[in-house]
Amino acid sequence: MTTLFSPALAARFDKLVTLYPVKRSALVPMLLYAQDEVGCLSDAVIAEVAQRIGISESDVRSVISYYSLLRTHPAGKYNVQVCTNISCMLRGGNEILEHCKKKLGIPNKGVTPDGVFSLEEVECIGACSWAPAAQVNYDFHENLTPDSIDKVLDGYRAKAASGSKK
Amino acid sequence: MATLTTHPDCVPLVSYRFGKGATNIDKYIQLQGYEAARKCLTLGPEAIIAEMKASNLRGRGGAGFPTGLKWSFVPKQSAKPKYVLVNGDESEPATCKDRLIFEHDPHAVIEGTIIAALSVQAKMGFIYLRGEYRYLLQIMEKAVADAYAKGFLGKNIFGSGIDFDVVTQTGAGAYEVGEESALMESLEGKRGIPRIRPPFPAVVGLYGGPTIINNAETIATVPHIFRIGAATYAKLGTERNGGTRLFCLSGHVNRPGVYELPMGYNLKKMIYEVGGGIPSGKKLKAVVPGGSSTPVLTADEIDIGMDFDQVGKAGSMLGSGGVVILDETTCIVEFALRTMKFYRHESCGWCIPCREGTDWLEKSLIRLHAGGAVDKDIDNIRYLAENMLGRTFCPLGDAAAMPTIAFVQKFRREFEDHLNGKGCPYHHAAEPEPALV
Repeated sequence: MTTLFSPALAARFDKLVTLYPVKRSALVPMLLYAQDEVGCLSDAVIAEVAQRIGISESDVRSVISYYSLLRTHPAGKYNVQVCTNISCMLRGGNEILEHCKKKLGIPNKGVTPDGVFSLEEVECIGACSWAPAAQVNYDFHENLTPDSIDKVLDGYRAKAASGSKK
Repeated sequence: MATLTTHPDCVPLVSYRFGKGATNIDKYIQLQGYEAARKCLTLGPEAIIAEMKASNLRGRGGAGFPTGLKWSFVPKQSAKPKYVLVNGDESEPATCKDRLIFEHDPHAVIEGTIIAALSVQAKMGFIYLRGEYRYLLQIMEKAVADAYAKGFLGKNIFGSGIDFDVVTQTGAGAYEVGEESALMESLEGKRGIPRIRPPFPAVVGLYGGPTIINNAETIATVPHIFRIGAATYAKLGTERNGGTRLFCLSGHVNRPGVYELPMGYNLKKMIYEVGGGIPSGKKLKAVVPGGSSTPVLTADEIDIGMDFDQVGKAGSMLGSGGVVILDETTCIVEFALRTMKFYRHESCGWCIPCREGTDWLEKSLIRLHAGGAVDKDIDNIRYLAENMLGRTFCPLGDAAAMPTIAFVQKFRREFEDHLNGKGCPYHHAAEPEPALV
């Protein structure tokens, strides 16, 4: 079949559907990996995933809409997710979020015009004992202060400018 | 990246291999790794379950159900395949312990999964991590591949003639999926909507087959029980509460961190000695003892042992081991509101009392915090929460209602201080009242 995905990812998907007693169990991991490579779950991605699993596109969409990490529209290259749940709130999580809004010039769920950053207020990310915390894509940044989150964001901006992928 | 914090009172049992390079399978084996699984192969199902019952290990996910008893509910004969499901979808706010286990000792999770499988003769296991823990999936996937390469997983494990496969994956962001039946739905590639019970997973679980489902810490504890013996393990804790657990201290405390302490360890001591007390000499106001869903304790209710029975007797729950410490500057209404905002966001919408209840409670708390409420609104909040209790398919409705009831009951005065346009006396920025639709 013609595929939207890289040969490596397509091969991974071919294997993934054989691991479980039912093919459909591969759906959530497949959507995550597809999103990591393509950037978001576009109509074309949804169509191909539906075909690979053998379910309808609307079934796939119904699953996507349930999970907070899955998205049908692109986020920034670096998606900054700031936790403001109880443990982070008690140690300044809201202030970190406000600081990021100002620094990046975007509101919650916004994307910078150059597409480098997006910002999201998120629920507990499992870093409660090292609060306040944020995740940039899948990387954790903990025990944050306004100064340290500045350095984190500057680091990603420099990476984006140098054209590095990660 | 995430590390254990220690204190002289800590008992390193589950954390015995943390920081010792045990992600490497050879190092794990050097540190008595996979000895428990080999031992269990010779013991057989009945002896494994007897040992588990004798250990007094209770589920570390939150409910505290005796693990050995849970395993004994799986029928011996089954037309459908049996499964083991490890719940690493750690998402209860204030809980960050399973993360350490996956990061430092992934093989203990695999070995515990093997032992659980041997106890019920399951042929397949799943280790499900929360989606945010992608870096841990890479660690787990490598550990699983290494265990296959050594012949500890796959066909004829340890040369025993028994086959056992393990698949590991992550979710994609959903608190609700940490609930056992919603987790099974998610693993079947669906929205994480809870199932009605009975039948319980031990009888009809994943793909309709009998299923052992346990929290990751519970499973990672299992090999240690066989390493040191059930009687020794049980003695580390208190009556009916065997062993140790990983407690996550967070909030207003000088030394936040994850500590492994014996079950029954005194909460006051945990805060003031292990955690080093409250920063800047402030006074303690309240403690949420076991994750965001557990009813709050006031400062004079904390001289209790941290096991399931003693915290239960004090009117709360030991829950997931997430201990949140609130100092005197914390606005309880704001804290209750943030808690409810979470549950409203995470309610899957399947049951009306939870879907509507969390939404109305959040709206009421926003209004109250901003000063727009009158006296009867406080009773309304409590009434709404009480009407959610026990009226939903899964415990999320209770998880949202229980802490709310306790906040109103124990800190009513703080709610009253916000009424009639006064707003928050703690001078936190109040959130704007939402437009009524």
